[in-house]
Amino acid sequence: MNTEAEAPEAAVAPDDRPDPAATMSYVYAVSRAGTALDTAASRLAGLEDGPLRTVTAKGLAALVSSVPAGAYGEAGIRARLEDLTELAALARTHHAVVEAAYAGTTVLPMRLATVYLDDARVRAMLEERGTDFADALGWLEGHVELGVKVYADPREAAAAPPPAADPPAAEGSAPAPETLSPGRAYLRQRRQERRHHRDAYRAAGAVAGAVPDRVAGLVRARVAHRPQQGELASAAGENIANEAYLVPVEGVEDFHRALTGLADGLPGVRVEITGPWAPYSFATVPAAGGRA
Amino acid sequence: MSDSLAGRMGPAATASPYGGQGSSANLADILERVLDKGVVIAGDIQINLLDIELLTIKLRLLVASVDKAKEMGIDWWEHDPSLSSRARPPQQVSAAPAPTADGEQLAAENAQLRAELAELRAAVGLPKGSARADGDASKTAREEER
Repeated sequence: MNTEAEAPEAAVAPDDRPDPAATMSYVYAVSRAGTALDTAASRLAGLEDGPLRTVTAKGLAALVSSVPAGAYGEAGIRARLEDLTELAALARTHHAVVEAAYAGTTVLPMRLATVYLDDARVRAMLEERGTDFADALGWLEGHVELGVKVYADPREAAAAPPPAADPPAAEGSAPAPETLSPGRAYLRQRRQERRHHRDAYRAAGAVAGAVPDRVAGLVRARVAHRPQQGELASAAGENIANEAYLVPVEGVEDFHRALTGLADGLPGVRVEITGPWAPYSFATVPAAGGRA
Repeated sequence: MSDSLAGRMGPAATASPYGGQGSSANLADILERVLDKGVVIAGDIQINLLDIELLTIKLRLLVASVDKAKEMGIDWWEHDPSLSSRARPPQQVSAAPAPTADGEQLAAENAQLRAELAELRAAVGLPKGSARADGDASKTAREEER
């Protein structure tokens, strides 16, 4: 054991470990040491159906399971993350373990694919970062994360029945729709579509702006995520606001109540509340020694 | 920590959130959190730093800005059939092959516009005629609309 090998940046060549039975330690979350985390660990299986265990140091516990060194070494992890099916399975398992642990106690969820060579290295990490972790846990204690997403869906707006007073005012003395020639009916329909589109986005923007005000007294912190636009963001309409709020556990119902009815009477605007989540968006600790 | 969060959340909250969330939560929401958030600490196993940054950016793009990705020339998901309907082989347009997804879309839009134009022509009573007639027809329709 020389000191260099124990330094956190010790490089490990993945191809130097051909033993297929070798395992490494995958870390899901860190919490204060105690029975709650041990209970969660005993109930659940981790990745590859490996049993969960806790590794403790400095009054903290890391929730860990063993994974095959080959599949979770540098090459293995990279291949895994490049494949959406594998990635989804990995993410869902990681998430399920974090959620289960979180049901019992406050946890700091680790980012996906935080892997150590063995439990001794996990222990060393806990000792090195113990103060930061304890501070973060103290701040998050008794809080959950709730997500709020606001969608604009012009098609839904178009499908809704038009307000009764609208057409005569807008069209002047235009004849009723059924007397229009097909050409004019088409143009009229196009114009309505454009109006629905514009109205839906405008209304959704106003709703998104109103969310932080409505929950202002109920939350401890707020983080704006990027709106979901990718292929996986399959919800109808366009996500125009995507936020996370850190909410005291006892305030979750009030939070829901505060946003109830926000999009009522606004066709084409949808508000979605997700969670409670483990406080992923608020679990940040300073980088060790100023390194990234 | 003898006091458990679940215990303090009351019966309504303990019934579903943690049990159901893991299996039913939207994959985009999960990926957004487990990839982009959470505590970032240096593990022993790391894809080299540049790679993991690139990878994280790529993965983030699955749930974030596709436009930005295209600007950067990253479009691998468009060729993956599990991710994109546009990645499917263009069988139905084999007679008039469209080299790109964009071309395919344009062709479809063209066809749709032609059909709409034909309807308009029929409605206004014009023959299936020249470009000049087309222009007149749409102008007439616009004027009528006012």
